[in-house]
Amino acid sequence: MVPRLFHARPRGVHPDDRKALSAAMPVETLPLPSILRVSMAQHLGAPATPVVKKGEAVRRGQRIGAASGFISAHVHAPTSGTVKAVQDAPTLSGPPAPAVDIEPDGEDAWTDLQPCPAWRNTPAAALVERIAEAGVVGMGGAGFPTHVKLQPPPEKHIDTLIINGAECEPYLTADYRLMLEDPQRIWTGACIIAHVLGVERVRIAIEDNKPDAIAAMAGVVREFKGDAAVVSLETLYPQGAEKQQIRALLGREVPSGGLPMDVGALVENVATACAVHDAVLTGQPLIERIVTVTGTPVQRPKNVRARIGTCFNDLAGFCGGLKGAAKLIAGGPMMGLAQPSLDGAVTKTASGVLALASEECTAFESLPCIGCGRCIAACPAGLVPAELSLYLEAEDYEAAAACHVMDCIECGCCAYVCPARRPMVQHMRRGKAWAAARSRSR
Amino acid sequence: MNPQADPRFVVSPSPHVHSGVTVRRIMLDVVIAMLPALAVALWFFGWNALRLVSACVVGCVAVEWLCRRGMRRDIGVTDLSAVVTGMLLAFNLPPTLPTWMAVVGCAVAVGLGKQVFGGIGYNPFNPALVGRVALTISFPVAMTRWTPWRVPSPLSIEAVTTATPLGAVKTALSSGEPMPYAFDGRTLLDFFLGNQNGCLGEVSAAALLLGAAYLLARGWISWHIPVTYVGTVALLAAAVRATDPAHSIPVAAHLVTGGLMLGALYMATDMVTSPMTKRGHLVFGAGCGVLTFVIRQWGGYPEGVSFSILLMNACTPLINRYTRPRVFGHGGRSPARKTTA
Repeated sequence: MVPRLFHARPRGVHPDDRKALSAAMPVETLPLPSILRVSMAQHLGAPATPVVKKGEAVRRGQRIGAASGFISAHVHAPTSGTVKAVQDAPTLSGPPAPAVDIEPDGEDAWTDLQPCPAWRNTPAAALVERIAEAGVVGMGGAGFPTHVKLQPPPEKHIDTLIINGAECEPYLTADYRLMLEDPQRIWTGACIIAHVLGVERVRIAIEDNKPDAIAAMAGVVREFKGDAAVVSLETLYPQGAEKQQIRALLGREVPSGGLPMDVGALVENVATACAVHDAVLTGQPLIERIVTVTGTPVQRPKNVRARIGTCFNDLAGFCGGLKGAAKLIAGGPMMGLAQPSLDGAVTKTASGVLALASEECTAFESLPCIGCGRCIAACPAGLVPAELSLYLEAEDYEAAAACHVMDCIECGCCAYVCPARRPMVQHMRRGKAWAAARSRSR
Repeated sequence: MNPQADPRFVVSPSPHVHSGVTVRRIMLDVVIAMLPALAVALWFFGWNALRLVSACVVGCVAVEWLCRRGMRRDIGVTDLSAVVTGMLLAFNLPPTLPTWMAVVGCAVAVGLGKQVFGGIGYNPFNPALVGRVALTISFPVAMTRWTPWRVPSPLSIEAVTTATPLGAVKTALSSGEPMPYAFDGRTLLDFFLGNQNGCLGEVSAAALLLGAAYLLARGWISWHIPVTYVGTVALLAAAVRATDPAHSIPVAAHLVTGGLMLGALYMATDMVTSPMTKRGHLVFGAGCGVLTFVIRQWGGYPEGVSFSILLMNACTPLINRYTRPRVFGHGGRSPARKTTA
């Protein structure tokens, strides 16, 4: 690909980040809840297949779901206890998927772990095997299985590893706290990934609204001999989105429908790097993560280290409960998923649980487009959301597909700035679903 | 739906937060931006300004309400867009126009210019300009009857005229008489501040610029359309002035007379009827500028701002199509040609 001489200013929006609610709160570990509901669909791709039965005793870190396909990931017991049920349960995005309910026995006894401290002398394939075995997936939101990313086809040459600490979603501070409190684990994880890929250049991308995180990461990177640096990015949503970040950092544009490896880059979230560290150095699978529980209705917003499968209800209780919440969101306010109840459970990709009061929620009334063009100025994908939304409202899917609806990343910038409050993202999802179904049927 | 859904929680698609911008707020800011020009109109035209602005605002809101009622549509007049249309229409009327004609203008502007297309957002042409042009064509005498005006004159004594500066220039040029104005600094300053004959809201470039600065600061207009519009007129005026000084007026005179500032700052920048991208704005502004100058210099009318903007309104969908941004991950230029719609 020919490098571009002129880079248009990246587009995006500057929402009020509201991170002050929870940014100063050190990570607290949630005591073991009375029940854990572990979904088999916590990653992109095929859900895992449950490999335990009701009544079976499991140990902490024991595999309870097996990857079912190339793009899939194993799922592990977050603690020791008894399987109470194996049944379908609604996922955070809605459609049901198999889930394993575990009643903790309080012992929290590990299964046998195989640490690998000598990772520098271990072949890449063996390390990838360990990472796959630990069920590590992208923890920034997409949940793409990490071991798949670490096995690029031989014709793809990756020269740069980007560790993503942008955390551009408002409210969320989970990655921020991790960078402050555990920079060494993140950095070792990054080194393992770089070692696996044989990459010389490592960049840690952090938005400039987190200067102390930049300092913390720079502190651990300093001792590295190769080409590694912490890069301060302009604070701009959605700069944490993979393709936008690659362009901001390297000036390379991932082709439409392509992957970062097509332009020689690989992006991993900071929490994912941490999970890689654990998987390799201690042999621990991915069974817990940091979740930011925040929002004005939350009585005591916190960053909580919670086991995968922890009910949102337990998290809310740990944070003093909710007062006057009108909306509950898994994730951040720009791309998070609204939840119908507190029954949802923490997954590997759940970086936050956000409650909003009714006056903070967007109204539903929407007006016709007034052609102000603010959505075009905001769209990081270079689309014309105003036009697409008109086509999709008229159910003219062909026209929407021709206007590249498939390049929409659903970041929500268009709807955020729209004075007519049009439900743009909803329109785009319908268009994308149609276009995806069409390409499958061809 | 999940049978155990918690009735407290609203479930809706992302994003869950909003910038807070509303159509009503934008329209309110446009009204605020027009207040300086309204004050100047009240100062110079007094009762007539009050009469026509009130009639047009009430008329446009009433027509909008009746149309929505008649079409059984729920979106009411609360978005304030009819108030903006009413003020802009009044700004485009001569002070002597009978009230009933102004009300006819309101009916055409909001009824034919906007509601027949489906209301706010769907109108291809600037409603206020549709109303004004309909009145110009229907009542040509009433629409060009101006109040007597004391003006600085080349004879260095105060004279009284009943023509607008551009109208007087046009008459002088076509009849071979000498230019009615010296266009010296003093005259131009008078014109700039608003001491000239003309439509209610167009006389004071100073007041219009003040209001436009507010809209710029609020982010509801960008510099692209006004600067390319006025700049194109200035460039062409300079070129013609340089080649044919006997049959032209100075560049500065073009900028402070007629409806150029009102048009370039408040009507060409109308969101609904102008292109959506910055590049589109440049094309649109330049097109308005060329048409305005051609009509002023060589056309049958002394002023061409209304016609120019309406003609460019008609080009807006085309400009939008050819000024789409480059889609991320797609090389080359904008994807204009690939669309089917």
